[in-house]
Amino acid sequence: MKRPEDTFDAQRETHLWLAQRLSAMVLALCIIVHLVTIVGAVQGGLSAAEIIDRVAGSGVWFAFYAVFVAAIVVHAPIGLRAILSEMTKLSRARVDLLCFIAAIFIAVLGFRVVWGFYTMGGAA
Amino acid sequence: MSRETLTVAVWRGAEKGRYQKYEVPRQESQTVLDVITYIQRHIDPSLSYRFACRVGVCGSCAMTVNGSPRWTCRTHVDKVLDDTGQLDVAPLRNLEVIKDLSVDMTDFFDKWAKAKGQFHGSETRHDDFSAVSPDSPQRKVASAGIECIGCGVCYSACDVVAWNKDYLGPAALNRAWTLMNDERDVAGIDRLKAVAGAGGCQACHSQQGCVERCVKHLNPTGAIAGLKRATAIAALKGQLK
Ligand code: HEM
Ligand code: SF4
Ligand code: SF4
Ligand code: FES
Repeated sequence: MKRPEDTFDAQRETHLWLAQRLSAMVLALCIIVHLVTIVGAVQGGLSAAEIIDRVAGSGVWFAFYAVFVAAIVVHAPIGLRAILSEMTKLSRARVDLLCFIAAIFIAVLGFRVVWGFYTMGGAA
Repeated sequence: MSRETLTVAVWRGAEKGRYQKYEVPRQESQTVLDVITYIQRHIDPSLSYRFACRVGVCGSCAMTVNGSPRWTCRTHVDKVLDDTGQLDVAPLRNLEVIKDLSVDMTDFFDKWAKAKGQFHGSETRHDDFSAVSPDSPQRKVASAGIECIGCGVCYSACDVVAWNKDYLGPAALNRAWTLMNDERDVAGIDRLKAVAGAGGCQACHSQQGCVERCVKHLNPTGAIAGLKRATAIAALKGQLK
């Protein structure tokens, strides 16, 4: 499919670019916290019970992982959009639709996990 | 100099074509442009290529030499020969080939215009000269990008140009950033609108192929980063509508 003469939407494109950079900064912080936690958690062996004990019912961990997922929901689809518009001949509208679907998909999967851990063990 | 003659493979044809081999006498301090000129003068006058100044000023002699874009008048054969003594000369990548080593530069320069690469002042000939301090930070940024000779080498080196036909490219964006830092220029927001969006500065992945190849050692990636910052600030203020 051929792309129509692109009407540059400067404002929108720049906002998306900005959203991706800002979400990348949030991700960088989240990944550091996540890695430090993992390294701490595996000291003296890893058990499902220990993980559930930490995150289940914890509002702090719930909020942290919710922010983490939200950042990915913003960051990854915008990046995917850049790759698709460069590497495929799909129209801009179609690329936008695909990336919107990707965002929903990541959001549903991500928040299901976060909610699942929060409510595990009957704590919530 | 190890050999008396040099075997050169030169692209002949247009988009469809093939390499043809020529034997050219080796000379001291011989440039790639000297080699091409020798072929055209002494072997095959139908070979098409461009040059004008021969001293790195006009920006018309760029070609792909052993796989990389270069200005051929300032590229010594000694410097680009590999161990096998091979020399391949082809037209610039990312531009349509007209014939042999000549490419159509229309897209390249149209994109300068699209990026609002023209100076827009507010004063007339009746006003006095503007005084711009050479020490002002803006003037220094403008000076850093001003020496571009429009050779198209960076444009040819950039993968995003290859992938996205709308991408304005390193040279046009470098020009736009130079003008954004020209204290006399008044087209600021209009220019930012022109360089933001689908084919604009945000499409650049900062891989710096343009920086590595720029014949004038300019830093288009840095200029594009400046435009990304300036457009982001303008978008936050809602000025790009
Ligand atoms: C530490 C965390 C992360 C940081 C700092 C980060 C940073 C960045 C930056 C700066 C870009 C822009 C690159 C460019 O324009 O050339 C980018 C692109 C991208 N990111 Fe991330 N990212 C992170 C995590 C992630 C994660 C977890 C995903 C996927 C789930 C992801 C997916 C993408 C994709 C698909 C792109 C598009 C590639 C491109 O535009 O070249 N990133 N990232
Ligand atoms: S830094 Fe940007 S403009 Fe330069 S070669 Fe890479 S993508 Fe192209
Ligand atoms: S930025 Fe450098 S490589 Fe690109 S056109 Fe200008 S002088 Fe040539
Ligand atoms: S001939 Fe003018 S720059 Fe090479």
